[in-house]
Amino acid sequence: MSYKTVHNYKLEERLLVHIPDGFLDAKVWITTTAAGAGALAYALKRTNMTIGRQEAPKLAVLGAFIFAAQMINFPIAGATSGHFLGGTLAAILFGPWVGIVLMSAVLAVQAFVFQDGGITVLGANILCTGLVGSMAGYAIYAGCIKWLGRNNKAAGMIAAFVAGWGGIVAASAAVGLLLAWSGTAPLGTAMSAMTGWHSLIGIGEGVITAAAAAYLVDRKADAALKAASV
Amino acid sequence: MRSDKRKWIVLAAASIMIAMLLSPLASSHPDGLERVAEDHGFIEQSQPGFALSPFPDYVMEVPLSSRWQGALAGGAGVAIMLAAIWGYGRLLARK
Repeated sequence: MSYKTVHNYKLEERLLVHIPDGFLDAKVWITTTAAGAGALAYALKRTNMTIGRQEAPKLAVLGAFIFAAQMINFPIAGATSGHFLGGTLAAILFGPWVGIVLMSAVLAVQAFVFQDGGITVLGANILCTGLVGSMAGYAIYAGCIKWLGRNNKAAGMIAAFVAGWGGIVAASAAVGLLLAWSGTAPLGTAMSAMTGWHSLIGIGEGVITAAAAAYLVDRKADAALKAASV
Repeated sequence: MRSDKRKWIVLAAASIMIAMLLSPLASSHPDGLERVAEDHGFIEQSQPGFALSPFPDYVMEVPLSSRWQGALAGGAGVAIMLAAIWGYGRLLARK
């Protein structure tokens, strides 16, 4: 029985966006639930120390934007669809720990309120899209900025595009690893299929990340530059 | 600072519009992971999610058109995100 028939949903309209329950076996989801909870707890602690009161509304708006943007699937090569992830954008604007916190909030609301993404795989989704996606995107952005220079808007957009692309490809590789570890799919197959499709989907991620970052980055107080020590 | 604030208000308005107006235009193709799951024969393993979700599948069960059902669910999601993160931030600030 497929996902479609189980739920009697119009799959044409809504799709599973993150790992659903059932794709990861018990050892993997228990491990990733513990690790995801740990990562979130640490990210909250780091965020609490660095984020000021006046930034809370901005974080709320960014979280709402990521949630809204994730609802929209754009078609890829007539065969699949991608959607914005947002961890890299959050990391560029407020640092990678905020990226993890916001991704966790989005994932929790999607799973509990909209039945989108599983509960047992919440930790895995936090690790893949939050920890891996935000950290990889942030590292790539910081590296590109260092290389391209920091006072150039075009360079900032290129850096954000590459970082958005790399963040989602890294997140998809992490999902591939967990699928293989669960015995759901062979490692080579899982990795090449996940990173292959997401290297196409990543183009959309890169475009949205670059456009939103260009609009929102405050060059005088660029979190990514300020927090280069993170 | 002034223009910075305006940009974030624009982003908030854009989020509400995306969630309420654009969601019916979302692509009908399976997403990346789902494509892989279909191609490699493990899509059947997917289990239903949280049974007590108020708006499963981004549909609010109100006696209106499906377009409204989706728009209201999307709007509710944006409102929940705003309230949850803003509330958490306020809670921290009070300490």
